[in-house]
Amino acid sequence: MTARFAPGDPVRVRPGAKPGHVRTPDYLKGKAGEVERVLGAFPNPEDLAYGLSGKPERVLYKVGFSQRSLWPDYEGPAEEQLYADVFEHWLEPGGEV
Amino acid sequence: MSHDHDHETNFGSATSPLAARVRAMEALLIEKGLVTEAEIQDNVAYMDSRSPVNGARLVARAWADEGFRARLLSDGKAAAIELGIDAVASPELVVVENTPDVHNLIVCTLCSCYPRNVLGRPPDWYKSFEYRSRAVREPRAVMREFGFEPPGDTRVAVHDSTADVRYMVLPIRPPGTGGLDESELADLVTRDCLIGVDVPRAPSAAQA
Repeated sequence: MTARFAPGDPVRVRPGAKPGHVRTPDYLKGKAGEVERVLGAFPNPEDLAYGLSGKPERVLYKVGFSQRSLWPDYEGPAEEQLYADVFEHWLEPGGEV
Repeated sequence: MSHDHDHETNFGSATSPLAARVRAMEALLIEKGLVTEAEIQDNVAYMDSRSPVNGARLVARAWADEGFRARLLSDGKAAAIELGIDAVASPELVVVENTPDVHNLIVCTLCSCYPRNVLGRPPDWYKSFEYRSRAVREPRAVMREFGFEPPGDTRVAVHDSTADVRYMVLPIRPPGTGGLDESELADLVTRDCLIGVDVPRAPSAAQA
């Protein structure tokens, strides 16, 4: 497993829609976050959903996002985070979070 | 065909369109020889055999045994297997620890991913659109509706289990429980505490 990103790396979730089964929720599309943890490599669910092998496996990351960057009216302190599990092909290198 | 086990879902009565569709699919799968009635019933029984008691045992052991706590946090699945919980074929389990600084809340916005090997079947509210959409954007309001509010200086961390990992919360051991044994400790840990919409409380008799 070769992970492109490491814990602490700034990343951005790719914007845009992909038809069919995806595991990247819309509310994170285009949002900047930071890699919290590399979770391992898993068969790609976007292929598994259609009876394919899911190979090659894709690296999955736990990515932290500032809640206020997701929801402008967020109730809670500025340092609160939401974490979601995002596959590598949905991530690109990010600038400042 | 008998199919009288107690569905906890709200999808309707045994005569609802969805129930009728499920029965038709079952009948077809059996007719085509892909599964047997006994296999279906065995699987239903297996699903019903898993419950939050498993998660509560993990928490109580972690509270009582520092070494186990470290193993639970570094590899939840291995720790579950160590306690004899059937998790070999289950997805990865990541256990997130509540501390005075952070309170964790679990949700799956995309569907209803849930650590079934340690918590059993998810409650209806966990699968509802309302919980799934609100837990990510207003977690504090959601917890208040469950009757719980984290202390003011505790950060809330929401975990949206969008992929191949399942999450469980390791709550803080309540003060005043020093005299309780592991099984009494496990009794304090409810399903809601393991999802993060509540926290364990000491039984009133044990409180200082």
